[in-house]
Amino acid sequence: MKISTMKELLDAEVLCCEENLGRHVYSACGSDMMSDVLAYVKDQAVLLTGLVNSQVIRTAEMMDMICIVFVRSKLPTPEMIELAKENGMVLMTTKKRMYNACGILYQNGLVGNRLKNE
Amino acid sequence: MSEALTFHFDVDGENFTSAGQASVQVKKNLRQLGLTPEIIRRVSIAMYEGEINMVIHAGGGMADVTVNEDTIEIVLTDHGPGIKDIDQAMQEGFSTAPDSIRQLGFGAGMGLPNMKRYTDHMHIASTVGVGTTITMQVNIPK
Ligand SMILES: Nc1ncnc2c1ncn2[C@@H]1O[C@H](COP(=O)(O)OP(=O)(O)OP(=O)(O)O)[C@@H](O)[C@H]1O
Ligand SMILES: [Mg+2]
Repeated sequence: MKISTMKELLDAEVLCCEENLGRHVYSACGSDMMSDVLAYVKDQAVLLTGLVNSQVIRTAEMMDMICIVFVRSKLPTPEMIELAKENGMVLMTTKKRMYNACGILYQNGLVGNRLKNE
Repeated sequence: MSEALTFHFDVDGENFTSAGQASVQVKKNLRQLGLTPEIIRRVSIAMYEGEINMVIHAGGGMADVTVNEDTIEIVLTDHGPGIKDIDQAMQEGFSTAPDSIRQLGFGAGMGLPNMKRYTDHMHIASTVGVGTTITMQVNIPK
């Protein structure tokens, strides 16, 4: 799925790095716990989260993610936007809640990552 | 790359917002050295977990990264409270982090096991009341 398609499906507002909306992503994850993102994410390129602090951007960067969607209309700080820009990471914000936002993307083919014991 | 390259960072323990800066810088440096994305990811995740730990559990510390021909070594040193029971700390889910840390997205007790998982070698030396030194190595495949 293109990042631009995600934006449309979530009726989201893009906050930076619009030049990368044409990039393709194949799976996503939703979490407010960065500990879990660091421990369980494998190749998901997209993070959906309701958490707002600089570590959200750095965690995504460590995991080589290329897009973060803030749910429930959360807005990153200007400092976070600067950090994201350094890596060309697309940030967007949607009014939708976590469960709905994830559900919409999943239903449209953006899957998660299956754990071995799932 | 015949000579070892070293990077040194002071990790500020007062500032949660800046935590992880050293790991971001190491990731950039390793990219410039042309290492594979897989190796870079393993090193930077392990170091980031350790760096966050120094900030939230130990009031900051130092990070030293050495890039050799066949291995990357990360040494994290702090003068925090130390770890009483290392085996217990290594268990998934064990955390002494307060709720205030959990609200920031950390404190699930996943960091140390994750550092072990992403590295080829990890050693913790810790003395209560003195501090903790964690040494990790990631091998670079030929
Ligand atoms: N540098 C350190 N100094 C003192 N204690 C530490 C240090 N690093 C880890 N610990 C102790 O070990 C426990 C487990 O660490 P670990 O990184 O696995 O989990 P966490 O930091 O609590 O949560 P998470 O890493 O999931 O955000 C910590 O809760 C803390 O008690
Ligand atoms: Mg930790």
